[in-house]
Amino acid sequence: MIEIKDVTKRYGDTTVVDRVSLTIRPGGVTSVIGANGAGKSTLLSIISRLIPADAGTVTVDGLDVATTPGELLARRLAVLRQDNHMSVRLTVRELVAFGRFPHSGGRLTARDHELVDEAIGYFELDGLADRHLDQLSGGQRQRAYVAMVLCQDTDYVLLDEPLNNLDMRHAVHMMRRVRRMADDFGKTVVLVVHDINFASCHSDTIVAMRDGAVIAQGSTAEMMRPELLREVYDLDIGVHEIGGSRIGVYFS
Amino acid sequence: MTAPTGTALAAARRRERRRLAVLALVAVAVVAGFCLVGLTGNWEYAMGIRSRKIATMVAVGVAVACSSVLFQTVTGNRILTPGIMGFDQLFVLVQTLIVFLFGALALSTADPRLLFAGQVTVMVVFAGLLYRWLFGREGRDLYVLVLAGVVFGTLFGSLSSLAARLINPNDFVVLQDSLFASFNQVDPGLLALSAVLVAVMAAWTVRLAHRLDVVALGRDHALNLGVHHASVVNQALVVVAVLVSVSTALVGPLTFLGVLVANLARQLTGSFRHLTLLPAATLISVIVLVGGQLVLERVFTMNTALSVIINFVGGAYFIALLIRESRR
Repeated sequence: MIEIKDVTKRYGDTTVVDRVSLTIRPGGVTSVIGANGAGKSTLLSIISRLIPADAGTVTVDGLDVATTPGELLARRLAVLRQDNHMSVRLTVRELVAFGRFPHSGGRLTARDHELVDEAIGYFELDGLADRHLDQLSGGQRQRAYVAMVLCQDTDYVLLDEPLNNLDMRHAVHMMRRVRRMADDFGKTVVLVVHDINFASCHSDTIVAMRDGAVIAQGSTAEMMRPELLREVYDLDIGVHEIGGSRIGVYFS
Repeated sequence: MTAPTGTALAAARRRERRRLAVLALVAVAVVAGFCLVGLTGNWEYAMGIRSRKIATMVAVGVAVACSSVLFQTVTGNRILTPGIMGFDQLFVLVQTLIVFLFGALALSTADPRLLFAGQVTVMVVFAGLLYRWLFGREGRDLYVLVLAGVVFGTLFGSLSSLAARLINPNDFVVLQDSLFASFNQVDPGLLALSAVLVAVMAAWTVRLAHRLDVVALGRDHALNLGVHHASVVNQALVVVAVLVSVSTALVGPLTFLGVLVANLARQLTGSFRHLTLLPAATLISVIVLVGGQLVLERVFTMNTALSVIINFVGGAYFIALLIRESRR
């Protein structure tokens, strides 16, 4: 369980995350939605101890992320941010293998090798395994990074806009894999998603943020309502039931 | 279908080891060449001098290689080296100030070990202060550090040229002589001390090697993978400060050697692993230094400073690197 209590983050006079309290239960997929600058990514970074909070605490299974040793936390929680530029030149396989570092500390065992192969296969990267990252398209690279995070084999997986750079097919596949990570492997996945329909079709819970605060949290059915979405995005979004999913229409 | 990971990674390791072996062979050949070419007269005497030069070059080679690779890893760039931190310039300033305050006699008569210890201390303290100031808060951009280095470098450079203008011409000649890297006039006691320091720092670096691989991915990935990024960076920076101090105080500034060997090591091994990169860079350093000195002594038959040749080759490589980077 991830428990967030009164977390606040300020940059100068701007409060980016404003006394957020939130509980994310184990299992399932939780999507965080909100307009640009609502504080979604910052909150995700605070949960994953990439950014220290100015006030408040975050605990993961009772471990305070600010004080728990990094290597301990790295075996429980994995995070992928949006911008993943690297100055090192790695192949896909080498990148994915880094996911095993918290477990084996740089000396990979035969079991680690198997897990790397599994993660590569799971993300359809077989043919690209020995290509360098800079030779890949943005979408392929994105899959390689998520494969690394999967390879880290943690109970909690935090992904900041994993659909970035992905075309429709790969975006759908990514969300299905995320869904399976939760269903088949029992992981707790927290995503920042821009497209509310992906959030609606693939997540169990949706958290809505606005101006640094969480304004609503609930099941997908509860959250996909025009009144609520209007409050989140300042936009009239019609919600229709199509093929068993609630789809928001906001294009015209 | 591609090979499974176990096989593929093992093949990559073998390839890296083969390349390291080739580099080691070349290094041995160059060292042997340096020892044996043009050997006439008293064997023992000549070998004594030559082996001392080699020992100096190996110590400097390890120091420059490790410090440059570490610096590039923690700053996440492939162009800049500790020189950008203003270290060379601080060394020049310290030397200049000694001459300015005490006269050239002080520089040539003071206990070289004491002088050396003083210079190392000044440089480590300077680096420590700079790092503490810049890394005190977490998440500070590393480029701020680099920028500060440029500013400090310029400041120290200006201060020492001001001081150099104020000292008398005779003193200035002595000063200039001590500022150009030369492997001909290194004190044996100083060399032993440097060798110990370099060995300790190299061992420390090897202990950090796996974590450095992760730190090279960037701060966020390192934290995600459970590496205490700030701690590794701080340790690496202390090692860099000591190593750069040792090599600069030993033979003077070798501005472009670091950028040359760190990048050649990456290019030639194709590896990101520090356990491969560090020995590769060290071997390349030794090849460049010993080879350069050999060419200097046998081909040009003049005892000018080695730094001239290294800065020429390294500088050209640096420019090529910059042009290639900007085309990307």
